[in-house]
Amino acid sequence: MKKNKMIERAIHGVFLILGLLTFGCVLLITIYLVISGIPAITEIGLFDFLFGTKWASTADEPSYGILPFILTSIYGTAGAILLGVPIGFFAAVYLSKLANPKVKAFMEGAVSLLAGIPSVVYGLVGMLVLVPAVREIFNIPDGASLFSAIIVLAIMILPSIIKVSMTALEAVPKEYEDASLALGATPVETYFRVSVPAAKSGIAAAVVLGVGRAIGEAMAVMMVSGNVPNMPSLFQSVRFLTTAVASEMSYSSGLQQQALFSIALVLFLFIMLINATLNFFLKKEKD
Amino acid sequence: MSDIMTAKDLSLWYDKTQALKNVNITIPEKSITAFIGPSGCGKSTFLKTLNRMNDLIPSVKIIGEVCYNGQNIYDNSVDVNELRREIGMVFQKPNPFPMSIYDNIAYGPRTHGIKSKVKLDEIVEQSLRDAAIWDEVKDRLKKNALGMSGGQQQRLCIARALAVKPKILLMDEPTSALDPISTSRIEELAIELKKSYTIVIVTHNMQQAVRISDNTAFFLLGELIEYGETEKLFSQPTDKRTEDYITGRFG
Ligand SMILES: Nc1ncnc2c1ncn2[C@@H]1O[C@H](COP(=O)(O)OP(=O)(O)OP(=O)(O)O)[C@@H](O)[C@H]1O
Ligand SMILES: [Mg+2]
Repeated sequence: MKKNKMIERAIHGVFLILGLLTFGCVLLITIYLVISGIPAITEIGLFDFLFGTKWASTADEPSYGILPFILTSIYGTAGAILLGVPIGFFAAVYLSKLANPKVKAFMEGAVSLLAGIPSVVYGLVGMLVLVPAVREIFNIPDGASLFSAIIVLAIMILPSIIKVSMTALEAVPKEYEDASLALGATPVETYFRVSVPAAKSGIAAAVVLGVGRAIGEAMAVMMVSGNVPNMPSLFQSVRFLTTAVASEMSYSSGLQQQALFSIALVLFLFIMLINATLNFFLKKEKD
Repeated sequence: MSDIMTAKDLSLWYDKTQALKNVNITIPEKSITAFIGPSGCGKSTFLKTLNRMNDLIPSVKIIGEVCYNGQNIYDNSVDVNELRREIGMVFQKPNPFPMSIYDNIAYGPRTHGIKSKVKLDEIVEQSLRDAAIWDEVKDRLKKNALGMSGGQQQRLCIARALAVKPKILLMDEPTSALDPISTSRIEELAIELKKSYTIVIVTHNMQQAVRISDNTAFFLLGELIEYGETEKLFSQPTDKRTEDYITGRFG
C-alpha cells in the first residue's frame, strides 16, 4: 500500500519535472529574445525600426527599417489564407460529408503526405516549376516574387486547414443533420447550413493555425520570393520577417546582428498573438 | 376517414439481416396511430421507411411499396426532399439545432424559399403556438435553443417540424427522455394536433398508446402481428402474442 503510494508520487514527480522542462525552454527563449532584441530597437528607435521603409544593413550608412518585412509577412500570409482557406474548407466539407469512403481514405492519405513534406522540398519544387511558370505567364523579368511565395504558402497550409476543419465537421452530432434532412433540406443544404455553423469555431481554429504556419515559414518562401528587401508588391522580389533573419544571420555582426534579433522578437510577438487567438477559438469550441 | 399512407408487403434488410418482414398497414388520415412492441422489433425502422430516412444508411435494402396519397414513395420520380417536407419527423432525443429558438423554427421555411421577415415571424409564432410552447419562449426567441429544458426542446422540435406545414408527423418515442409533466403536455399536444395532422407515434409506454392513439400496431421481430383500433387491441387482442405482450408477460 505504502510502496504504491511512493511509486505514484515518484511518477508524478517525473512528469512534473518534464513539464517544467518544457516550460523552462519556452521561458528561456522568450527571455533571451527579449533581452537580445531590445538593444537594437533602443538604438535605432522603435518608430524608425518598425516603420522605416528601407533596410540596408550592409551599406556605408546602414538603415534598419523593417516595414518591408512586416508588410511582406502580413500580405504573404493574407494572400495564402485568401487562397488556401476556401480550397481547404471546401475540401474538408467534401471529404468529411460527401466523399465516398474509398475516395475519402485515398485523399486523406494524400493530405497527410502533403503535411509531411519538408518545407525545403516545397521550396525546391516552387523554384524549379512555379517561379519559371510565373515568369512566363505574367511576362515579368523574375518569377521569384511575393506572388510565388503566396502560392507556395497556400499549398503548405492546406493540410492543417483541411485536417482541423474535418475533425470539427466530423464532430457535429448526426442528430443535427438528421433533423435538417427530415425537414426536407437536401444533404448539401444541410452541410452548409447546419454542420458548418455547428463546427464554426473549429474551422476558425483551422484558419488561425494556417496563419501561424504561413507567417512562421522561412525556407520555402526564401527559395521562391527572391529575398530582396523591397516594399511588397505582388510581382516583385520580397523578403519576409523569417527570411530576413535567416538570410543575414550567418555573416552579421554588431548592430546588424542585434537588429536581426529584434526582427525575431517582432516575429515572436506575432506568433504569440496568433496562438492567443487560436486558444480562444479552441476554448470556444469546447464550450 | 380516408387512408393517407399504405405499406404493401414491405420488407427491409440491414445488410443480410432482415429487420422488417412483409409489413402491410394502412394509416388513416387525421388520427393517431401508435406502434408498440419490444425493443429491436423494428418500430423505428418501419417509422423511418415512411419518410425515407432509411435512405441515409448505405446498407439498407427495401422491397415492397409505401404509398402516400396513392403514390409509391420509393418510385424514382419521387422528390425525397419534398416528401420529407410533407412527412415530418420528431426524434427520440430532442435535437434542436445549436442556434436561436427563432432560427430553429425558421430553418425549414427558409430552406423552402421563404425569405420575407414578416412571413417568417408569422410562421414562427404560429408553429410555437401550435406546439404549445409560445408563452414560454416568446420573450427569448433570440436565445440559443440548447439552453431550454428537455421537455421544452422536444416541443420546440415539434414546432420546428410543424413550421414546414407537413401533412404527417412521425414521432419516435418523443417522450422517452422526458419527465411525466412534459410527457403529458406532449400527449395533450398530440391529441390537439390530430385535428389538422396525421400522427404516427412509436412508444414503449402502453398507457400512452391507450391514452392518445386511435389505432395501434403491434410489432414483433420485424413482423406486424396485429393492427386495429386501440381500444379493441388492448381489450380483446386476437393474437396470443399480442395478449402476452400487453399483459406484460414478455418484452
Ligand atoms: N443502422 C442499422 N444498421 C444495422 N442494423 C440496424 C440498424 N438500425 C437498426 N438495426 C437493427 O434492426 C432491428 C430493428 O431496430 P429498430 O431500431 O427498428 O427497433 P425498435 O423497435 O425501434 O427498438 P427500440 O424500441 O429499442 O427503439 C434491430 O435488430 C436492430 O439491431
Ligand atoms: Mg426505436
